[in-house]
Amino acid sequence: MKHTFSVLLQNKPGVLSRVTGLFSGRGFNIESLCVAETLDPKVSCLTVVSRGDEAIIEQINKQLNKLIDVIKVSEINSKEYVEREMVLIRVKAEASTRAEVLRVVDIFRGKVVDVSAKSYAIELTGSDSKIQAVIDILRPIGIKEIVRTGTIAMARANKNK
Amino acid sequence: MGKISGSQAIVKCLQEEGVKTIFGYPGGAVLDLFDALMDSEITNVLVRHEQGAVHAADGFARVSGEVGVALLTSGPGATNGVTGIATAYMDSIPLVILTGQVPRALIGNDAFQEVDIVGITRPCTKHNYLVNNVDDLVPTLREAFHIARTGRPGPVLVDLPKDLVATKLLYPEKTPIHISSYQPNFNPHPVQVEKACHRILQAKRPVLYVGGGVISANASEELTTLAERLSIPVTMTLMGLGSYPGSHRLSMGMLGMHGTYTANMAVAECDLLIAVGARFDDRVTGKLSDFATKADIIHIDIDPTSISKNVKVDIPIVADCRNALTALNQWFVKEKSFNPTEQAEKLAPWFAVIAGWTAKHPLGYRDDNQVIKPQYVIETLHRLTEGKAIITTEVGQNQMWAAQFHKFDYPRHFVTSGGLGTMGFGLPAAIGAQMAFPERTVIDIAGDGSIQMNIQELATARQFKCPVKIAILNNGYLGMVRQWQELFYNKRYASTVMNVVPDFVELAKAYGAVGLRATTRAEVEPVIREALDTANVVIMDFRIEQEEGVYPMVPAGKATTEMLLV
Repeated sequence: MKHTFSVLLQNKPGVLSRVTGLFSGRGFNIESLCVAETLDPKVSCLTVVSRGDEAIIEQINKQLNKLIDVIKVSEINSKEYVEREMVLIRVKAEASTRAEVLRVVDIFRGKVVDVSAKSYAIELTGSDSKIQAVIDILRPIGIKEIVRTGTIAMARANKNK
Repeated sequence: MGKISGSQAIVKCLQEEGVKTIFGYPGGAVLDLFDALMDSEITNVLVRHEQGAVHAADGFARVSGEVGVALLTSGPGATNGVTGIATAYMDSIPLVILTGQVPRALIGNDAFQEVDIVGITRPCTKHNYLVNNVDDLVPTLREAFHIARTGRPGPVLVDLPKDLVATKLLYPEKTPIHISSYQPNFNPHPVQVEKACHRILQAKRPVLYVGGGVISANASEELTTLAERLSIPVTMTLMGLGSYPGSHRLSMGMLGMHGTYTANMAVAECDLLIAVGARFDDRVTGKLSDFATKADIIHIDIDPTSISKNVKVDIPIVADCRNALTALNQWFVKEKSFNPTEQAEKLAPWFAVIAGWTAKHPLGYRDDNQVIKPQYVIETLHRLTEGKAIITTEVGQNQMWAAQFHKFDYPRHFVTSGGLGTMGFGLPAAIGAQMAFPERTVIDIAGDGSIQMNIQELATARQFKCPVKIAILNNGYLGMVRQWQELFYNKRYASTVMNVVPDFVELAKAYGAVGLRATTRAEVEPVIREALDTANVVIMDFRIEQEEGVYPMVPAGKATTEMLLV
């Protein structure tokens, strides 16, 4: 099972390495990891996507909490949430395929951010499944390069409040 | 108040934390600190190797319950301490390790004696710091002591750049420590306590399985009260020995790989396992799928990560062991339907089963009139010291025989590297223990292999007048590994035969200590008596049966009921 953790950390040197060291040292898997400062410059927010059965996910949660510099761990999947990832894709765009690529970009509400004689660079955001769908469609046309940010996620606001 | 130097501030802060003894080894990066220490009341025990410094601080902490402090220089000084730090981490021992670091301007330049010790020790410390700003120096040290001693204790390392320690600063007032991201849960949840107590009342075959957490929480009294009011048999982990009196009728001794037949059978057959401050280590559980299969499990531990890590727990209680046991005891006092006598009667059939196991396979060995059996040495040590000595051990057969045949009746009297299994631990740990309690008898039970791993600390023991007694169970082998080779590798003794072993009696003399030797059973008692009557450091060289094994033994990966017996 895939799980997304949102972790608030003290924004101090070495903290990221405590988190990644915990995953590697205990044999947990990191599928993607994103980290940046929050509104409070003393705190950063880290989103980490991992895979594992219930017992492993419980251990990851507890072990993260045990780190002295970790302020809060939320298991995003246990609630309503939004998740987004951004991807930059450089795709072959020769005379025969330029129009096709643009159509795909349009359908997925992406943007062309760089143009050359033989390629387009496309910027696109969305959930993991949407990004995967775009990649699957563009692959036969010819993807030359791809850079993904990894997932960031946020719980939805409680509608009753 | 005027400004003082960083090193003076560190010394002042150590004194504020109640530190009187530290264990250290000087070097370029910590010259200022050692200089400042000279003007204070703090004694630095000058070890002969930094590993010894950390083990000694560890031994000090285990017997006294206070935070142990080690002071090491940068680079190799710090890396030599890593084994000691990992040892303390695995056994949850509160330590503060201060390491020197090259000046801030040189960090990252591959400077002389520079190493990223914060990076190296991240996975084997509870927390660690590199102090970068002089104003953070004292607050960081205070935080380090706070983190080391609270919650699940552990070692905390503070790396101190040389130039920072030389900088002047205004010593800050002591304010209460608050770390928003570190709030251990000390008090048990009443609902969980209630659930646990009801479940305990229903149990027909309960077992208490207790570990080092009971000792670090100073909860032996509360544990004893609970066990005795409820007539629940107790088994201890290696780290838990002494938390409940080993000679008491409810004690079944140690469980696990070299546990007693009774303890392992009782865990396999119990209908309720109450784990207190123990962590279901693989040496305790054996094959996990066969462990305590008939039992519900209550688990009391301060560290939530210990709960349901290896074995699924039915009723978790995250709390300090002492607070949790107190809450359980109070519940049974208040509960009107509970009566200790009726409870004892109810559990009588269970005790009959347990007594049957003990009668069938008691802990024992085949004694000999001539050849010295190691178990006999341990029993004699126990008898002649009336079980009151502090016992440290090395790692291997010596450690297991000590755990089996010395009945520990008091907490903080057994000092052993349980989790990491560090050979060379016992002698420096004994020195640390002796520094904490100069008047007590401290005995390191050693093997001829292990003792050679930190033998240089004999000089430390002599210099600081720590009259520790070292009992070497000398079989000329790396005995525990040899035993595995005997049982599982067709007696192919690969690299376990030590053809050259020093003459330990002469070696003792070379250090100005006393060396004694026993080669027959009859010589054992006189040698121990003489050692105990000697005010100096003593090495006792017991030439024991060479191929004696440690039994019972659960082969690795097997269920704990599949024991090889004597």
